[in-house]
Amino acid sequence: MRYAVQAEGLVKHYGETRALDGVDLVVPEGRLLGVLGPNGAGKTTAVRILATLLRPDGGRATVGGFDVAKDAHRVRSLIGLTGQYAAVDETLTGVENLMMIGRLLGLPRVGARQRAGELLARFDLTDAGGRAAKTYSGGMRRRLDLAASLVGRPQVLFLDEPTTGLDPRSRTDLWDVVRGLMADGVTVLLTTQYLQEADELADDIVVFDHGRVIASGTSDELKATTGAQVLQVRPMTAAHLDLVADVMTDVIGTRPDLTGGQATVNIKDLTMVPAIVRRLDDLGVVAAELSLRKSSLDEVFLALTGHRAEDEIPADEAEQSQKEEVPA
Amino acid sequence: MTTLTESAPAINIPVRIGPATALRHTMTLAWRSLVQIKHNPMELLDLSVQPIMFLVLFTYVFGGAIAGSTGDYLQFSLPGLVVQNMLFATLTTAIGLSTDITKGVFDRLRSLPIARSAPLGGRIVADTVKQVWAFALFVGLGTVLGFRVHTGVAGVVGALALLLVFALAMSWLSVLIGLVASEPEKVQIIAFSVMMPLTFTSNAFVPTKTMPDWLQKWVDVNPVTHLADAVRGLLSGGPVASHATISLIWALGIALVFAPLSLRAFRSRG
Repeated sequence: MRYAVQAEGLVKHYGETRALDGVDLVVPEGRLLGVLGPNGAGKTTAVRILATLLRPDGGRATVGGFDVAKDAHRVRSLIGLTGQYAAVDETLTGVENLMMIGRLLGLPRVGARQRAGELLARFDLTDAGGRAAKTYSGGMRRRLDLAASLVGRPQVLFLDEPTTGLDPRSRTDLWDVVRGLMADGVTVLLTTQYLQEADELADDIVVFDHGRVIASGTSDELKATTGAQVLQVRPMTAAHLDLVADVMTDVIGTRPDLTGGQATVNIKDLTMVPAIVRRLDDLGVVAAELSLRKSSLDEVFLALTGHRAEDEIPADEAEQSQKEEVPA
Repeated sequence: MTTLTESAPAINIPVRIGPATALRHTMTLAWRSLVQIKHNPMELLDLSVQPIMFLVLFTYVFGGAIAGSTGDYLQFSLPGLVVQNMLFATLTTAIGLSTDITKGVFDRLRSLPIARSAPLGGRIVADTVKQVWAFALFVGLGTVLGFRVHTGVAGVVGALALLLVFALAMSWLSVLIGLVASEPEKVQIIAFSVMMPLTFTSNAFVPTKTMPDWLQKWVDVNPVTHLADAVRGLLSGGPVASHATISLIWALGIALVFAPLSLRAFRSRG
């Protein structure tokens, strides 16, 4: 298998803080690697190094076979970058933003205009193409930003939290766009703090925490790593919840989590399920709902890191997302 | 939806960037800073409001008190106003750069296979065009109000050239401010707290001899004084050489100090 992106032992520190503490990752050609982790895990630092914006303090990385430090110019000619904030010039129109990139990449004026037109059509921005980007909604800006990173027909695309701050509909729209790019054979490295996003899009996932890769594999492999399934029991009578918890603790040995009116616990030995059901029956507790399922990526993340992935979204970002959800 | 990869061959990007290509990148980015004016002529008004306001207010409010007549004062103050406006205008480079950095546009440009100097160069070229516009506005409007050029075309061109050289040196300071300021609003605060005292403690608006001795000592050193005097000489006649030389030495000194500092700040971002 050929790798479009390869990184070995990447280290970057800012003063005392180790933003990256020896990161290895590979993205095979034509695949999508999801880099999953909370804020401050080092995802953006890794993307900035791979996109030649930042020099690593240690380790090496290649994109399309070229070293990101020694052959930065060649790497830049292969990549597209869509950062965490929609990097468009707000005073320019959609067409002008894309034409500027086309001209910088050496397209003649007519070619740049034609390319801008193609991309605007692809991203449903044709009607808005003549308007200044500052009049765009959050979702439209992100689409324009993504279009800008595609002007040069990159072989490798870096998407750094492309949907952070978007409303759910704009998010699923953007997912469709990313799927379309995958169909075109583009290699994508996507960072996200949304587990569902990694689950939906990624062929392979690496999980970052505190500047290290703490797990990697396909979504299914990761879900299997905790070696557990999840048992959920919701008693018909809410007052019985403590009784259910006692029974589960007794049988399994770990105390279940009691939120949302149900008892949830990881279970490795499936023969324990009938035992629990029998005991509840003996006690006269009727279960309104009883389910056994694979761990979600959320739970995998919790098991791997000891904290939830989305706990650390700072307040100002939450505010920003509210702002962006208002369509212009 | 059309596919992206099939419609045309991949764009061919040369491995090395020659000076001609670097210049083209710079001009594209200069275009980007100027094209806003085309569909939003208000931008041009933004550039013009301060010159017009200062020119009219200074002439008619202070003119009688400082020089005895508005006409005489205009002849004295216009070169000073031109210099002050030029200094303030160099900060548009800082504001633009800082905006690009906070919006992520700066990173987008740096991730493209273009000349490293183009994002800075493009801004500076665009801001130079704006400087020329402001200068033309001052001289044009000044003439309407009664200012007279006593030297001729060579003098006007010389004054503009001197101002642009000084502005170019100052733009290194501006680039540094733009790179280190955490947000564009901070640039405005820095601008006000540096440029206001710098321009007012000079003979740009008031003759030096009316000031206390201790202040005169600084005023005589202040590059704004020499620049204003040189521009006066170039537009109204009078000694030019020594003031222009001192101004150019200041410009060189400013560039020598701030160019390496800005370049270091520029590189340390990457």
